[in-house]
Amino acid sequence: MTTPLAQIRNFSIIAHIDHGKSTLADRLIQACGGLESREMVDQVLDNMDIERERGITIKAQTVRLEYKAADGQVYTLNLMDTPGHVDFAYEVSRSLAACEGSLLVVDASQGVEAQTLANVYQAIDNHHEIVPILNKIDLPAADADRVKAQIEEVIGIDASEAVPISAKTGLGIPDVLEAIVKRLPPPRGEVDAPLKAMLVDSWYDTYLGVVVLVRVVDGVLRKGQKVRMMGTGATYEIERVGVFTPKMRDLTQLSPGEIGFITASIKEVADTRVGDTITDDRKPTAEALPGFRPAQPVVFCGLFPVDAAEFEDLRTAVGKLRLNDASFTYEMETSAALGFGFRCGFLGLLHLEIIQERLEREFNLDLIATAPSVVYQMTLTDDSTIELHNPADMPEVTKIEEIREPWIRATILTPDEYLGSVLKLCQDKRGVQIDLSYAGARAMVVYDLPLNEVVFDFYDRLKSVSKGYASFDYQITDYRPADLVRMQILVNSEPVDALAMLVHRTRAESRGRAICEKLKDVIPPHMFQIPVQAAIGGKIIARETIRALRKDVTAKCYGGDATRKRKLLDKQKEGKKRMRQFGKVEIPQEAFIQVLKVEG
Amino acid sequence: MSATEPGFGIYLHWPFCAAKCPYCDFNSHVRHDPPDQARWARALTAAIAHDAALVPGRTVTSVFLGGGTPSLMAPATVGAVIDAIAGHWRLASDVEITLEANPSSVEAERFRGYRAAGVNRVSLGVQALNDADLKSLGRLHNVEEALKAIGLARETFPRLSFDLIYARPKQTVEAWTAELRRALDFAADHLSVYQLTIEEGTRFADLHRLGKLVTPDEDTAADLYEATRGLLEAAGMPAYEVSNHAVPGAECRHNLVYWRYGEYVGIGPGAHGRLVLGDGRHATADEKVPERWLQRVETQGHGRTVDDLLTLDEQGDEYLLMGLRLAEGLDLARFETISGRALDPSRLADLTGHGLVEITPDGRLRATPAGFAILDAIVADLAA
Repeated sequence: MTTPLAQIRNFSIIAHIDHGKSTLADRLIQACGGLESREMVDQVLDNMDIERERGITIKAQTVRLEYKAADGQVYTLNLMDTPGHVDFAYEVSRSLAACEGSLLVVDASQGVEAQTLANVYQAIDNHHEIVPILNKIDLPAADADRVKAQIEEVIGIDASEAVPISAKTGLGIPDVLEAIVKRLPPPRGEVDAPLKAMLVDSWYDTYLGVVVLVRVVDGVLRKGQKVRMMGTGATYEIERVGVFTPKMRDLTQLSPGEIGFITASIKEVADTRVGDTITDDRKPTAEALPGFRPAQPVVFCGLFPVDAAEFEDLRTAVGKLRLNDASFTYEMETSAALGFGFRCGFLGLLHLEIIQERLEREFNLDLIATAPSVVYQMTLTDDSTIELHNPADMPEVTKIEEIREPWIRATILTPDEYLGSVLKLCQDKRGVQIDLSYAGARAMVVYDLPLNEVVFDFYDRLKSVSKGYASFDYQITDYRPADLVRMQILVNSEPVDALAMLVHRTRAESRGRAICEKLKDVIPPHMFQIPVQAAIGGKIIARETIRALRKDVTAKCYGGDATRKRKLLDKQKEGKKRMRQFGKVEIPQEAFIQVLKVEG
Repeated sequence: MSATEPGFGIYLHWPFCAAKCPYCDFNSHVRHDPPDQARWARALTAAIAHDAALVPGRTVTSVFLGGGTPSLMAPATVGAVIDAIAGHWRLASDVEITLEANPSSVEAERFRGYRAAGVNRVSLGVQALNDADLKSLGRLHNVEEALKAIGLARETFPRLSFDLIYARPKQTVEAWTAELRRALDFAADHLSVYQLTIEEGTRFADLHRLGKLVTPDEDTAADLYEATRGLLEAAGMPAYEVSNHAVPGAECRHNLVYWRYGEYVGIGPGAHGRLVLGDGRHATADEKVPERWLQRVETQGHGRTVDDLLTLDEQGDEYLLMGLRLAEGLDLARFETISGRALDPSRLADLTGHGLVEITPDGRLRATPAGFAILDAIVADLAA
């Protein structure tokens, strides 16, 4: 049975972290009877433990709701839950492209944040109708009028009919449902045209294989149909077609305007490209949907097992994760210091952290992550151009004509009182101010910044200088020439390749000093003094010395102590396995992580 | 018998104390009612008979009565166990029989009885020559009593040692060396000088955690250690082990059995032994709780609860961590026999290069004075 287009509403929810997106989604599902109350867990749509714990959405999810409106008609509402982080901006844009409207959820006590802004602009670019929702209206600090004014001022949309709600208590939920039906437009589409469907997202399910989330634009997607992915050219026979309520429910077909899932014996998520167009293999559409582009990793780092014997386990683990996350790339890497591991590419720093955490948690691995690096472009003296993903691969300085680094345009929203510190931070990070404007008591700053400076600790420092109130979003803009040098860290006079990094010449000394100081704290004293140095080429730019042990001997050790001391020795050996031997020095795993966090 | 032959020792554990010292993590127990000495003498005698059957035919070179507080034993009880040992094994003509004693006046009264029972060496827990520190260390005696007990012991026993503890809270190098010089005036030919160590599960550990007990930092501890070694060496009592000093020839023969990784029998609550049986070297331990130990011996003839056959790696590690504590070091050829492996030559070369260990012309590996101060790190570096 085909739902008439006029009775369908496809919408997404845009919100800053903690402004209540997942709670609102839970309430809408409950109100439409999608789940029995005993089946409700908080944040139904965030399936992964990491999603629930961090309060973020990584994978797009959808749920189909049946809603009987005040006009007596039954509507099909497709709620699209989109990833909410800048690292997943492309995934967000595809999710938004699958909908006609958005609910803009703003915390009535906090107001608009930078991240909300970026997503709202994307929704506007996708011609969405936007319904502002003022959440947490029951809080004493809520100030609906001020936030409405801010929405109009900053975003430039009419907020006079914003819906006041409390997702937590359920207040105003019926008004939200009515607004969806009355104010958002129905989808358009031709049922008789050749099949044209957008691949919104996909994931790996242990039982079903790859599950693909699709939005049908034109034509009909049927069980048993042979389809073609226009981006990759691969063909598949559709095995199952259905929708999420949010439980999976099988159907025989999906019609224009509908959002649902398909399975088709697809082995890897990597075979499905977000944004790709799915069409009928025999009767293809002439034109693919616009906006498709393959995911491009922008941050790279090496991942190595703490225990070298776990390399094979790591290989299996990255392979399995890749099944579920095609935006993450990896290739084998050998480090003199760390042995065998993988050079991995990520969409951003959050993505890096999530992958590392999933590898450690889901596969029970202990990992060392090397300093994150962006992708540099280099023109060599022979006029060839290369891309550098790993500081260890940097060619000899004499062979380099020019190095270029990626720049971003960052939008930062901050309360007025922290503006000075935020500007100083941006200046310190080699930023170039583009714009500075005010909306009420909040300043909006636009800066161009080298991505290299942002991947280290920018976000953490922004949060600390603004006591957590500043919000931040960015997009990569272009590559610009840069005076970069490769800084080596020498421990006991031997270079540790895993600690090498490219830094701007003007920042090298302070960063080198900060790293040496940090290593001095985290490398335990050995039986001899250990110099820790930062060097550019042959020139030492910073130096610290780890003092030698002076006293480390058990005072009493008699016949009754032999067993205990031997067991203590065995424990020490276990501890040593968590250290990495560099020449004569043992560096704890923690050192690699700490070095990433230095300010300088 | 060659100069570094380990010998064969018997350790007997008397688990009772009049009070628990706040730094001590040994197996010691305070009981309201005095233990039944006759019953304990019977049990210890029975347990000795049991072990004599396991490792017969040895010549006993030393007996050590430790604790707890063995000077709470009745001289008759001490006599009974020494007689039992002599009845099952042959005693070497120069057998060393040591008893640990507290230097209180009550216990000193029993010294003659112990001597008559066969004890020929006492080790007194003096710990400090300063009343305030004795009190904070939880000791029941004062300096005056200690000095009297030392005097009486010197008259009564052929050999005498006493213990001192340094690196006490707020202790300076000057104060400690002055105290140590005074101790030398009373010393015979042996001193055990320990750095105060905060052991888990003691009252001091609790205070330390709460910041109410502050021990000297690593540098001060190292200074105190060096000052101790320098002073005692100049006085003719060099360190023959990390914390033990003696006029050459007056070393504690029983403790040398441990450090030379010889064979020793451990009898009594919580006592440990190393026995070489037909299938190899065994690590043994007896039940720790006194009453349960007693019951076990009375029902099954022994108090043993642990008897593990040690692997080659385990034996190697034990020889390493015991043997390197001695100034004479360990015998590399014997290490290879015991552990079935050679020490890593590159690690040895590193340690030699840093001046922490040296290999003698007769094939012994020993720590240098610099190495002794950080011996635990050296052992960890060389262990299997």
